[in-house]
Amino acid sequence: MSDTAAKPASVHAPLLSVRSLSVEFGSRDSAFRAVKEVSFDVMPGRTLAVVGESGSGKSVTSLAIMRLTDYTGGRIAGGEVLFRRSEQETLDLVKASDSTLREIRGNDIAMIFQEPMTSLNPVFTIGNQISETLTLHEGLNARDARLRAKELLQKVRLPDADKLLDRYPHQLSGGMRQRVMIAMALACNPKLLIADEPTTALDVTIQAQILNIIRDLQQEMGTAVIFITHDMGVVAEMADDVVVMWKGDKVEQGPVREIFAAPQHPYTRALLSAVPRLGSLKGQPLPKRTPVIVMDGGVPKQVGETHVQNTADYAKPILQVDKLTTRFDVGKTFFGRVTHRVHAVEEVSFDIYPGETLALVGESGSGKSTIGRTLQQLIEPTGGTVRFDGRDMAAMSQGERRRLRQEIQYIFQDPFASLDPRHTVGYSIAEPIIVHGLIKDRKAIDRRVQELLEQVGLQPQHAKRYPHEFSGGQRQRVCIARALASDPKLIIADESVSALDVSIQAQIVNLLMELQERRRLSYLFITHDMAVVEKISHRVAVMYLGQIVEIGTRQAVFENPQHSYTRKLLSAVPIADPQRERAETRIEGEIPSPVRPVGQEPAIHRMREVEPGHWVAIEADQLRGAA
Amino acid sequence: MAGFILKRLLQAIFVVLAVTLIVSFAIRLSGDPAVMLMGGGGNVTEQDLQNIRQALGLERPFYVQYLSFLQGILVGDFGRSFMGGTPVSTLIAHALPSTLLLAFTSLLVSIALSVPLGVYAAVNRGRWPDQLIRILSLVGLSFPNFWLAIMMVLLFSIVLGILPPSGMEGPESFVMPALTMAIILTATNVRLVRTSMLETLSQQYIMVARSKGLADRVVLYKHALRNSAIPLVTYIGLQFGSLIGGIVIVERVFNWPGMGTLAFDAISGRDYPVLQGTITVLALFIVLINLLVDIAYGLIDPRIRTE
Repeated sequence: MSDTAAKPASVHAPLLSVRSLSVEFGSRDSAFRAVKEVSFDVMPGRTLAVVGESGSGKSVTSLAIMRLTDYTGGRIAGGEVLFRRSEQETLDLVKASDSTLREIRGNDIAMIFQEPMTSLNPVFTIGNQISETLTLHEGLNARDARLRAKELLQKVRLPDADKLLDRYPHQLSGGMRQRVMIAMALACNPKLLIADEPTTALDVTIQAQILNIIRDLQQEMGTAVIFITHDMGVVAEMADDVVVMWKGDKVEQGPVREIFAAPQHPYTRALLSAVPRLGSLKGQPLPKRTPVIVMDGGVPKQVGETHVQNTADYAKPILQVDKLTTRFDVGKTFFGRVTHRVHAVEEVSFDIYPGETLALVGESGSGKSTIGRTLQQLIEPTGGTVRFDGRDMAAMSQGERRRLRQEIQYIFQDPFASLDPRHTVGYSIAEPIIVHGLIKDRKAIDRRVQELLEQVGLQPQHAKRYPHEFSGGQRQRVCIARALASDPKLIIADESVSALDVSIQAQIVNLLMELQERRRLSYLFITHDMAVVEKISHRVAVMYLGQIVEIGTRQAVFENPQHSYTRKLLSAVPIADPQRERAETRIEGEIPSPVRPVGQEPAIHRMREVEPGHWVAIEADQLRGAA
Repeated sequence: MAGFILKRLLQAIFVVLAVTLIVSFAIRLSGDPAVMLMGGGGNVTEQDLQNIRQALGLERPFYVQYLSFLQGILVGDFGRSFMGGTPVSTLIAHALPSTLLLAFTSLLVSIALSVPLGVYAAVNRGRWPDQLIRILSLVGLSFPNFWLAIMMVLLFSIVLGILPPSGMEGPESFVMPALTMAIILTATNVRLVRTSMLETLSQQYIMVARSKGLADRVVLYKHALRNSAIPLVTYIGLQFGSLIGGIVIVERVFNWPGMGTLAFDAISGRDYPVLQGTITVLALFIVLINLLVDIAYGLIDPRIRTE
């Protein structure tokens, strides 16, 4: 199925033909053009990936096809969207009446959206929401619609379809909800399915399952798919053809292999160069900075240099975490007795050395963020010890704890939410300096702020600006400058690059590595993204359900993964290489919940050392399948 | 759910206790009913007043009076009016239905007006229907209710002569009092519906509903409205209290024979038992309505139900 020739040949006329489509927002005299004269065809039964970064206009394009932009304040300023409804009938959706559009929406063209957590209406049952489409377009009565809804749920491989029909969305996990969305979209056998970043918000193992389902059903039903994504790995796994968009323009188009093998447009080349590729450091023991191609006013420019990150000093650890346990009480009886606990972190132990990056990887509910917050003293641990520079955190005085807050800094995932919008970035960066009383003189503080801004690649005069005046990547640089302000020894980076576009992500990763070398910083790098982990980390700890299941050097864990969960995690990552055989491995199963009834403590894994410094949890044979 | 209702009922008992205590205490600070009963006549001796107080049981310490009042409530006996000796329960039984009828009519009229108007304003955000609705609601908010009531009487009864100016004599006597209350409620409710709908309409599931090909009516009134209902229902629960307060004034203007008139007269006459009785019953209703609101949350939103 990886062979494009095996797909229905494109002898037919296109199913959808987008011709010079332009979409505008805002009033007519000061309109912002989000999509500029974009043209492409979608052949029946084939998958077209529309790729681009934020602001490229890819999502607007997808909404404009069904004229859903009408509801977001958008206006189609020109062009045609020709949809071949049947052999005889081709419609221009730009000119179609509202009633015709309503007949087509959900019936001939269906759509899946990015956020499965918010795509389903919280107040109606799953069954109701699927049946609705069927009664509307196929005129089924309630009983038949329910039967069909059940079949559809089985089709997307949801167990217990019967019971699920009467469940509400909040009772389902994100992966299950996205399957329900797919079932809903495919209810009326649409000819075209538009999927807007359908797996971006999901964990990698769940993403792999969802991609498999979409691919299988597409083959079974012969549906054409437009796949909107920013993830080149997903493109390589899913697409037959690719359209690359940049700032509202289509800059390149072609079969997926050609785009990857011989990208023509400079932007496509820049985009591909920035994509982190799993396995790119195979055989190399240390992380490595590599240059990134960025677009500088339409011209590609190479920034950075190749540099091996030999910064770690393994003489004495800076941070020692021993049997750290963090639990939260949830679920109380009428009389306030605790019935359930979240076992977020269970007896986790690891060390971090000066100048070293330890990556903590895992999916939702693995407890990785809880560890970061515990170290930052935002959460009290339930048990275990944390030593920083040899001192036990629990035995520290108030003053020492404050000092620890200065030495351990945190960079959050969302650079927008973690900067106060009402203060200048200069103020935000100066705050830790003032709070910790590092510099007293006002002028000296200003100088220090300017210095920090320069260190993270911004201009000194940026200090006077407000967060909204910066792009996402620049804001994350500001957050890094703020973290550096108190001259920390350890920085906890919690999904700090996950929300950024790949080209920005690559630059921020390089910046973090550069700063590490210059200041001998240690990083605890918390993430779910295996490809970024490979690039940045010296050692890796894999977390699953609150416990570390595998820990070792990056090379050992990536090249010789021992635990079944590590292997599963690695195999689930979409690889940005269309030449590669497409993943046939079936990953099944949900991530179990860390919530347990009181009294049912989880079993603590015993670890064995497979090679020096590479520890793996011993799996009970019956657990092997479940993990 | 049963545990939840039980908890709320326990809370309700405390609320009613607190309200009755405050009311009983406060009214005793406001004047001597014995003096009021004698009508301020010239040749009243202190002994006469003392006799009246004795007869009404007012010479006892406050806590004894309060406890005997509570004791009475438990068996449904609110005592007798100081004026004429009619049992308070009889007075309330007469007044309560007309007040509730007026309150619920006003509320229903307000919901019937504010929901479609609010939805319409939200859908047309920033365009002229939205602006118009917002301006009108601001105008509605700015009217004091008594002034609005008097203006209505002036227009409909005196100038046009199509509606009776006061009393409760048939469906047409409902129009003005109910409308007065409804206009004031609607002015705030429209804004609430609009804001809440705007929030809901920006949700992803609304776009999903549109992508299914559903008609606007279904998207707005099935998918969006129920998700916007929680703030509205909450507010109506809170509004019920001020609605009762407003009704005292509106009943006064339209001479409506309800709880408001009863309470008003009781205050002027220092008729302790009547006032205590009416306030207690009204407080019970406000607590009950808010209990219903809490139950309604669960019916509207399954996420609250399973908590």
